[in-house]
Amino acid sequence: MIKKDNPFNSDKKISKKYLLKNGSIIDVIKNRIIKEDLYIKNKVVEKIGKNLSKIVDEDTEIIDCKNLFISPGLIDMRVNISEPGHEHKETIKSASMSAASGGITSLICMPNTIPPIDQPAIIHSIQRKAREVALSKVFCTGCITRNFKGEEICELHLMKQSGAVGFTDGIKSIENTRVMRRALNYAKSFDGLIIQHAEEHNLSANGVVNESETATRMGLKGIPSYAEPMIVERDLWLVKETKCRYHVNHISTKETVEIIRKAKKLGLPVTCDTSPPYFTLNELSLEDYRTFSKLNPPLRGEEDRLSIIEGICDGTIDAISSDHTPQDQDAKRLPFNQAEFGGVGLETLLSLSLNLVKNKYISVEKLLKLLTVNPAKILNLDYGIINEKSEADISVFDLSKPWKINPESFFGKSKNTPFDGMLVEGKNIMTFVRGRLVYRL
Amino acid sequence: MTEDELINSYPHKHLLGIEGLLPTSINFLLKSSNNYVDYLNNKKNGKLDILKNKICINLFFENSTRTRTSFELAGKKLGADMLNISVGTSSIKKGETLIDTAMTLNAMQPDILVVRHHDAGAVKLLSEKVNCGVINAGDGPHEHPTQALLDALTILKRKKKISGLKIAICGDIMHSRVARSNIHLLNTLGAEVRVIAPATLIPKGIESLGVNIFYDMKSGLKDVDIIIMLRLQLERMSGSFVPSIREYFRFYGLDREKLNFANPDALILHPGPMNRGVEIDSELADDIDRSAIFEQVQMGVAVRMACLKAIIDHKLKAND
Repeated sequence: MIKKDNPFNSDKKISKKYLLKNGSIIDVIKNRIIKEDLYIKNKVVEKIGKNLSKIVDEDTEIIDCKNLFISPGLIDMRVNISEPGHEHKETIKSASMSAASGGITSLICMPNTIPPIDQPAIIHSIQRKAREVALSKVFCTGCITRNFKGEEICELHLMKQSGAVGFTDGIKSIENTRVMRRALNYAKSFDGLIIQHAEEHNLSANGVVNESETATRMGLKGIPSYAEPMIVERDLWLVKETKCRYHVNHISTKETVEIIRKAKKLGLPVTCDTSPPYFTLNELSLEDYRTFSKLNPPLRGEEDRLSIIEGICDGTIDAISSDHTPQDQDAKRLPFNQAEFGGVGLETLLSLSLNLVKNKYISVEKLLKLLTVNPAKILNLDYGIINEKSEADISVFDLSKPWKINPESFFGKSKNTPFDGMLVEGKNIMTFVRGRLVYRL
Repeated sequence: MTEDELINSYPHKHLLGIEGLLPTSINFLLKSSNNYVDYLNNKKNGKLDILKNKICINLFFENSTRTRTSFELAGKKLGADMLNISVGTSSIKKGETLIDTAMTLNAMQPDILVVRHHDAGAVKLLSEKVNCGVINAGDGPHEHPTQALLDALTILKRKKKISGLKIAICGDIMHSRVARSNIHLLNTLGAEVRVIAPATLIPKGIESLGVNIFYDMKSGLKDVDIIIMLRLQLERMSGSFVPSIREYFRFYGLDREKLNFANPDALILHPGPMNRGVEIDSELADDIDRSAIFEQVQMGVAVRMACLKAIIDHKLKAND
């Protein structure tokens, strides 16, 4: 039994059975909601059906999920874990606690650790640590180039064999077109996934916010919004030729949405994700030089924000990731120009995404696709769905529970959220990983 | 030209590449080479005088040990006067252009020039400026016809045929003249040719030359009779075309495990020089039951004798 004061359970030995009764199961494949019971036994979803109370084993814990949604556990495609290297900002353990409390059962960590994830041994060590913590599944992406220099490609194929789900230089674009072409071409040989952070670094150099009237008024150096789509546009030439699977992380501009929409119509193997700040906030959140709103890519204009929502609704945007970037206080308590980029996001990913449902942009079952089965498909993971006999990675959430985002209550080590004080509705109540109840509110 | 002449002679002034050669010409050269193999195998046989009083110049703009030595030995066995000019000792380093070098050498009235150059098409350019026959001993990543012929001869010796065989060429296809010449030759003689390499080492449009492309050894080597391993230059292995030697060897290096995907009697060829532990497992390279790598060297001399003779014969006929 989980003690009241500790909502987490990382004891791998406890193998309990659960019956989730009266809940609304989200079927992300068929876009529907099933009002049936769900029985969890031996790490898997044993059975889905009506009135399962009669058939379950005696020692089953019965949980009433009336008015709650039962969803596949969230898969977060972009998380900066900070371990190894920056353990004072976040550790695998604290990130896993954040994730579990937010309904995230699989997190995909970026390779910009110290040392960077550029060879198989580092992947093994991170995964070993994650298994010890046992609160979430942790997958790694590997660097595309050595030391993120954008010159020599890393041992991508060996890393894939060791479990790397994709390759990216994290917060850096591959600037050299010849190197990008080679990386795509090389990854194509073994059906690897190349993930790009789209930013023309020569244009964005020293920029701290979106280039706009706001930036001018505030006297901050701007990054033109087209610094993002022009890299995507260039890459699409290469994708067209190499046919390599290509994914763009955290897109933020109207033009990027349009370019990807067009590329998908042409049948190119391109996918993309965005993050809650880009459909929730715009550059006006920078007022008072709030360094917690200093993100990369920067918060854009209102038109961009609405285009991102449109992209989410029409399927141009495949996934929503938290883009979790923990920064310690000292990295943010600085003049805006000197503060670090990034915000934490694991604990607010679900709630902020559910806002789109509340505002009637999208149905709950369609939205959850972007948080579960879509990223799973992009990353070739067998998770993100609820089927009989599938591994029981599950989030149980309350769509209408109101709460105020308060960083002090976060489980993560860093508190740098751009959503501090925001009132939201919808909260994760319980999280199961491999049939184990790892978090209960 | 009569059909008989087509079968029994080589109808060109030069040997610049395999592309465009008729099957009859290739078969003629292979047949003639085969005769020289028998001749070379009998140690009692002395020098021949087929090329007596003929001047043959080895003009090498790029380093080479085996090809140059092989041509030199072939020429000497045929009784020719062999001269070697390599880039280190030539006037190219003093700024002379390729064509000027050609004109100078032409004035010496050689009978055959054997040329290797680091630029594709350079040997053809040179051949247009001289009066003698020219044999291409490798021009950039374009062609290396005598290597393809000696590979074919090695295959014929072991497998008794080429038509219908499944042949895989593995490794740095992009930068390999050996791959291109082999693809042309083996296709012309009716083999089924495939290339296996990471996509970074496969040049665009290669499938139009008549090959199937594979990115992994397992599917690529399935049912294969002949495996031609190509050398991968070490400077291409540190993150540019391939991330590292260990990754390359893991996925594309030939070892016993990967060899098991091929036919049980599959034969391994390698144009040399080998990088042991990079593209081929050391122990495998030395296994004479599976590897014909050292046999290829022997075939090389015979093939070059046949080519030198074919060019001289054509010249004599033209003078008649």
